Amino acid sequence: MLSSEKIYKSLEDSDTIFTIDDSIENTMVLNMGPQHPATHGVLRLLVKLDGETVVSCIPDLGYLHRGYEKLAEHCSYHEFIPHTDRLDYLSPLANNVAYVLAVEKLIGIETTCRVKFIRVICCELARISSHLISVGTFAMDVGALTILLWTFREREKIQDIFDVLTGVRFTTSFTRIGGLANDLSDEVKKMIENFLNQFPEKLDECEKLILKNKIFIDRCEGVGTISKDDAIQFGATGPILRACGIEHDLRRDAPYLVYDELDFDIPVYSEGDALARFYVRLQEMRESVKIILQCLDKMPNESIRINVPKKVLPQKEKIYSKMEELIHDFMLINFGINPPVGEVYHSIESSKGELGFYISSNGSGYPWRLKIRSPSFCNLQIMPKMIVGSMISDIVVIIGSVDPVMGEADK
Amino acid sequence: MKELIKKKLQEKLSDYIIDIVEFQSDLTFVIKAENLTIISKHLRDDVELEYSLRDILAIDRYTNENRFEVVYNFFSIKNKLRIFLKIKIEDAESVPTLVDVFQSANWYEREVFDMHGIKFYNHPDLRRIYMPEEFQYHPLRKEFPLMGIPNSISLPRN
Repeated sequence: MLSSEKIYKSLEDSDTIFTIDDSIENTMVLNMGPQHPATHGVLRLLVKLDGETVVSCIPDLGYLHRGYEKLAEHCSYHEFIPHTDRLDYLSPLANNVAYVLAVEKLIGIETTCRVKFIRVICCELARISSHLISVGTFAMDVGALTILLWTFREREKIQDIFDVLTGVRFTTSFTRIGGLANDLSDEVKKMIENFLNQFPEKLDECEKLILKNKIFIDRCEGVGTISKDDAIQFGATGPILRACGIEHDLRRDAPYLVYDELDFDIPVYSEGDALARFYVRLQEMRESVKIILQCLDKMPNESIRINVPKKVLPQKEKIYSKMEELIHDFMLINFGINPPVGEVYHSIESSKGELGFYISSNGSGYPWRLKIRSPSFCNLQIMPKMIVGSMISDIVVIIGSVDPVMGEADK
Repeated sequence: MKELIKKKLQEKLSDYIIDIVEFQSDLTFVIKAENLTIISKHLRDDVELEYSLRDILAIDRYTNENRFEVVYNFFSIKNKLRIFLKIKIEDAESVPTLVDVFQSANWYEREVFDMHGIKFYNHPDLRRIYMPEEFQYHPLRKEFPLMGIPNSISLPRN
């Protein structure tokens, strides 16, 4: 008698029945998540296995659905800014900027040049911080633990910059309609410069640790490969699309802020596998460093709020001393900004892909409908295509390479 | 570039287009629901356009006539131009699915169905995407209260 059978026998009593399926003959359904550490949040995957090969895969979303689109209909345009932090919680500044740009497009105002440069700096710092997490956790899922500690160390420095710049580390709520909450002080400028001076070197160290590591490359190369056509058909954006050999980046294709004045490259790889996506993210961080350095150089000295009193919140110190500003502040806070009737869509290239806000206004202080086009949601849709046919241990690699943030995917 | 594309679309699809709205440089074509599949096929297959579907959303106008608007967000990587198609439908009217034209429509349509209760006929897998299957309401309809409906989601049994 086999030892396993002995164990079953000893456990058996009149109430218990054991049925042992032959796993070679049958397929098995495995539930992965929503509490699995490699699913980066609360993604649930139902996978059907034939031995160790995945036959089919069904993602199940909604475990972090908080109904932000419904909430937005009951928030004034200013009140919704803090909610955008909670969408993609790894790069809150980029969400703030994306939302505010959409509202500004709806009103038809344009901010000062200095604000645009500071917003670009914010977006790119957010991109670096998000990609550092992505790269670190991806390597950790594959088995290289050290790099996670190293990338988190670098990310901590960015969080310190955010702390001084915005006042908080994570939920920044930094942008305002028509401007910013605070100016970028010389102290922050110095901090950013110090960070950027040492960052490429540290990134090299991280790269050296894994890019010549045979185990890591064997684990990622050729895993989760998708073709160009599939990527377009499934609406993938961001690093996934660029890893398939399509040079598409909204910073270049539909320039917003001051990206058309800046000089940067768009890293493109043609393999379309997990390793290519990893390379794209590493390269993008280097490009972001280039962009921020140019911004710090070119940034003019200007006011950080434009003077449109009916739409833009006045400076705090003036509210306490001037009657007119007090009235405008009261009206803006209590009745909202009352943008013109119409529908606009504005999207930015966030770290995950195309992050867009579609706002339908009926002229009142509240948006009639606000739709978030979240890149994680759209990128997740292509994941079954990548997973089916691969081994079960590759699922972890594929999730890491897609890099979904469930706060954004579930809204 | 934009004018060129606009002109081209107007020429090719003039029979199908009801109205063209341009607001803050966003171009929206209002079309009839039954022409949706033909137009999106054309947008995808024309070698000078090569549009891909980026998003689908619905707007609840909360009126007696033409209650819902469904907006399709298209982007052409080749021309770097975004256009929107909009159809207006009645409450409880079904819309043809776009899954056989764009695979990405699958989840977008599921989301619209979940949030607004708009049905897409011939959709291969029209399940709810965020809310639980047994949930009876569609939260983004205007009559659904912000605070939710008590006891509409059952607590897990132990």
